[in-house]
Amino acid sequence: MPERVAKTGNDAAAYALKQINPDVVAAYPITPQTELMHKFAEYVADGDVDTEFVQVESEHSAMSAVVGASLAGARCCTATSSAGLALMWEILYVASGSRCPIVMPLVNRALSSPINIHCDHSDSMGARDSGWLQLYAENSQEAYDNVLQAVRIAEHPDVMLPTMATLDGFILSHTIEALEVNEDDVAKEFIGEYKRDYSLIDVENPSTFGPLALQNYYFEYKKQQIDAMDAARDVVLEVGREYGELTGRDYGFLDSYKCEDADVIMVGLGSTMGTAKEAADRVRSENGIAAGVLKVRCFRPFPASEIADALSGASAIGVMDRSVSFGLGGPLYHEVRSAMYGSQTPTADFIYGLGGRDIPLGDLKDIFVQLDEIRKEGKAEPDVRYVGLRE
Amino acid sequence: MPTTNLKELSEMPELLSGGHAACPGCGGPIAIRQALLAAQQDDSYVVTSSATGCMEVVTSIYPNSAWRVPFVHSAFENSASTISGAEAAYQSLKRQGKIKKNIKFIAFGGDGGTYDIGLQALSGALERGHDFTYICYDNEAYMNTGIQRSGATPMGAFTNTAQAGKVGYGKTQTKKDLTAICAAHGIPYVAQVSLHRSRDYLKKIQKAVNTEGPCFINVLSPCPRGWRCKPEDTIRLCELAVNTRVWPVYEIENGRLSISYKPSEKKQKPVRDWLETQGRFKHLFSPKNEHLIEKIQEDIDTRWNDLLRREACDQQN
Ligand SMILES: Cc1ncc(C[n+]2csc(CCOP(=O)(O)OP(=O)(O)O)c2C)c(N)n1
Ligand code: SF4
Ligand SMILES: [Mg+2]
Repeated sequence: MPERVAKTGNDAAAYALKQINPDVVAAYPITPQTELMHKFAEYVADGDVDTEFVQVESEHSAMSAVVGASLAGARCCTATSSAGLALMWEILYVASGSRCPIVMPLVNRALSSPINIHCDHSDSMGARDSGWLQLYAENSQEAYDNVLQAVRIAEHPDVMLPTMATLDGFILSHTIEALEVNEDDVAKEFIGEYKRDYSLIDVENPSTFGPLALQNYYFEYKKQQIDAMDAARDVVLEVGREYGELTGRDYGFLDSYKCEDADVIMVGLGSTMGTAKEAADRVRSENGIAAGVLKVRCFRPFPASEIADALSGASAIGVMDRSVSFGLGGPLYHEVRSAMYGSQTPTADFIYGLGGRDIPLGDLKDIFVQLDEIRKEGKAEPDVRYVGLRE
Repeated sequence: MPTTNLKELSEMPELLSGGHAACPGCGGPIAIRQALLAAQQDDSYVVTSSATGCMEVVTSIYPNSAWRVPFVHSAFENSASTISGAEAAYQSLKRQGKIKKNIKFIAFGGDGGTYDIGLQALSGALERGHDFTYICYDNEAYMNTGIQRSGATPMGAFTNTAQAGKVGYGKTQTKKDLTAICAAHGIPYVAQVSLHRSRDYLKKIQKAVNTEGPCFINVLSPCPRGWRCKPEDTIRLCELAVNTRVWPVYEIENGRLSISYKPSEKKQKPVRDWLETQGRFKHLFSPKNEHLIEKIQEDIDTRWNDLLRREACDQQN
């Protein structure tokens, strides 16, 4: 029987790692990821896992070590936040280019400067072109479920790409919530065995990994990576369905809340979408606004046509961005806009929560009220709005 | 027993094939080829990594590879951390009974990838105690990117980023002592070797790969292109480097240092003889710069005397 437990997001992700029982974990501490690794170190110390736990001297080495280990045929995990991910950046591309199915919980945190330890999505957004799959969680349950599914998705023979399962720093990582965890053998059977076709320690069949590929081969290499990311679409859905059959919790690209009859829809990522659902209910009953919420669970590969479908009935759309592409605006906004290409539905970008700035229920209700005005006016002016910002 | 007999080695299958793209006379492939032959013997297999740099570039141009042992290149600064991950995978899989073979892990890096940008990753891997050997082929500059100074470039050498001109005289700083830095980690085995003493090199490789824990070997690796020297002089230059004491050969085994070769008075040469052989030092012989040669000699004498003192001290204890 699955068990109902109380855990922080960090502990929930660590529990998933314990059930994955990776051959190798290499990691380096950074707030707010630290407690995740403390918890995992406890499992190592108690002999609950077979993992070789490599306590590296930096995140650059953490990512380098898991690339080496993954190529050697080991199932590998690491975890980080913010500056740690930034320091890994160079090797994130090596991991995806070398087709290493590494699984990494990423506890989202703002990037310096100024230094800030709280949640926003600048870290993962900065890595959105790195060839990693990205899954976002609304709560600890999803963080746990996503980490387990990430293993299956990443290691699928059609995919073989690294995957990050993100959870909002502090908001999820340090908040205790109730969640349901699978029994160990159920989790074990679900994730199965890892096997790669070519291994660095297959000494009888020596292979060269990470060669120099110039104008004559590099492009084809990259096309294979593009194809693998495309193939991941089916795999994300397939694994989400299978996980649903096992646990009763279905997963797809999107989580659509009351969008079917909604006039105005809020699109976003992560924990804020939980509060947004509550806000939608409130404005429905208090303001008579037909509000819906579209949570993007899988951001890479980007489910453009599914998003366009889900939003097709709306008369106004608000995209919630917890990060900024300086000189452009919110990255999610621009991707949703391009997914909606040709649509005349007015769409506004709500940039919020940078550096952990709180986004209370009232702010989200107010955004629905703004969206309702946009709907009535038939245009979004201004199209970029800042939420909870002191002028 | 692993052999260091050259005749026997010459009959073994090559593990780094010919046909790679290194310049004629390059010391790097000699260092790698001999290391692989020495290490992969009896029932031991070798798994290797390399930092970005000349040796990586010339040996693994897709779809070709000169490596007949497993090889991985990831980036410039992470040869040590990459191999540490592979070694961790091996330990884990071995513990779980999923692999039975006896594998030796060797990480290669140039001086740039080792003295400079990869020093942190190397230090971390040494401190963590992975069972691997790191071999730095030191050609005293960033050659792959077109001869720029590194922490290993000696004082007075011309590089494209520390040039000789009306005021400049090449690199103004002295060479970093990486071998000492590695030894300071308290690892079981550290050695500095020269390619002209092939038997000694092979023995030291075997000692390193058969020692449990992290080991470090530093090998001077002439680069005819960057040093402006003749390709046919590679091995002679190695000998001269040792006889001028520019590149002392020694080992530190469990903390005890012993100098492997001390040039006799007859063999010993002034550094001037070394500087003369290479175009990168040519400007030092102009009247404006000649005083530097004395300074370089002094530095060499100091370092050599330090080594002698350390050896005497270690032998007493
Ligand atoms: C992070 C990073 N910075 C810079 C480079 C460019 N780069 C590639 S090889 C190299 C120099 C290599 O020098 P060294 O390690 O001494 O090896 P050599 O080429 O001399 O054999 C440089 C600067 C790089 N590949 N990665
Ligand atoms: S440039 Fe120097 S180090 Fe590079 S291949 Fe040529 S000789 Fe060897
Ligand atoms: Mg060099």
